[in-house]
Amino acid sequence: MSDLLASDLVTPDAGEAPLLGLASVSILKVAPLTRFSFRARTASVKKAGAAVGIPLPIKPLTSETATKRAALWMGPDEWTLLAPEEDLQAVVTGIGSKLGSEPHALVDVSDRSEAVIVTGEKAAWLLNTGIFVDLSQEAFPVGTVTRTVFHKAPVMIWRIGPDAFVVEAWGSFMDYVAGLLIQCAQELEAA
Amino acid sequence: MLLIYCPYCEIERAETEFHCGGEAHIARPSDPEKTTEDDWVEFLYMRSNTKGIAAERWRHIHGCGRFFNAVRNTVSDEFLNIYKTGEAKPDLEAFAREAGK
Repeated sequence: MSDLLASDLVTPDAGEAPLLGLASVSILKVAPLTRFSFRARTASVKKAGAAVGIPLPIKPLTSETATKRAALWMGPDEWTLLAPEEDLQAVVTGIGSKLGSEPHALVDVSDRSEAVIVTGEKAAWLLNTGIFVDLSQEAFPVGTVTRTVFHKAPVMIWRIGPDAFVVEAWGSFMDYVAGLLIQCAQELEAA
Repeated sequence: MLLIYCPYCEIERAETEFHCGGEAHIARPSDPEKTTEDDWVEFLYMRSNTKGIAAERWRHIHGCGRFFNAVRNTVSDEFLNIYKTGEAKPDLEAFAREAGK
């Protein structure tokens, strides 16, 4: 899986059994990691990028990755920053010292959501059972990230490879999201 | 299902990602202490409830989360113009004339 984006950061949880393991698609739980919701004005974006170690993406729906860091565009003044679990304090201190009194918000939301990696040639097909977004490579190239709705649950999807997606949902919604994905995949088994 | 263009994400998305926030361009009284009760009633409750071309606030709640404004024909549900928050209100009559053709 080394050809995937952020493969040193978003890794399958070794302690968890795969939620689904078909030939054409599999679903794996992601190991815990540090997540931040970062909001700032345009003037502070460059400095924040320097503090984290990656330029924060300005183009809508895009992401930037570097060694053990990822920044995902969520809105014109909002990003999700990912880092390994043990780097939580490093990011807080880094941004705090660079931005100082400039108005910004950095909130640790690590435990708010859970993530799964959906991989396989049928990954996009499986997500499209509940997501009304064009997931073709032309419209949704590798690196694209967006929040959307999966059936009735708000989710974040991030394409980390041609056939690989990270699907993130709030902790209490994850059973619903993963459960429906597994149920929809039964159609593949039957075929 | 309607497809709505988000000016911040710069992409068309399904209606289920959006939430309508009511009539646009209603300014909060700038000096609350000097504002009369009638003005508050006007600001809080009175809406034009237009049948036809209206400017509305919309929010891409399950996307970027931002509010933006849209000119929509409330009869046909057609979106005629979408613009970012803070931009000037477009000439609704011009849209009405255009639609009437």
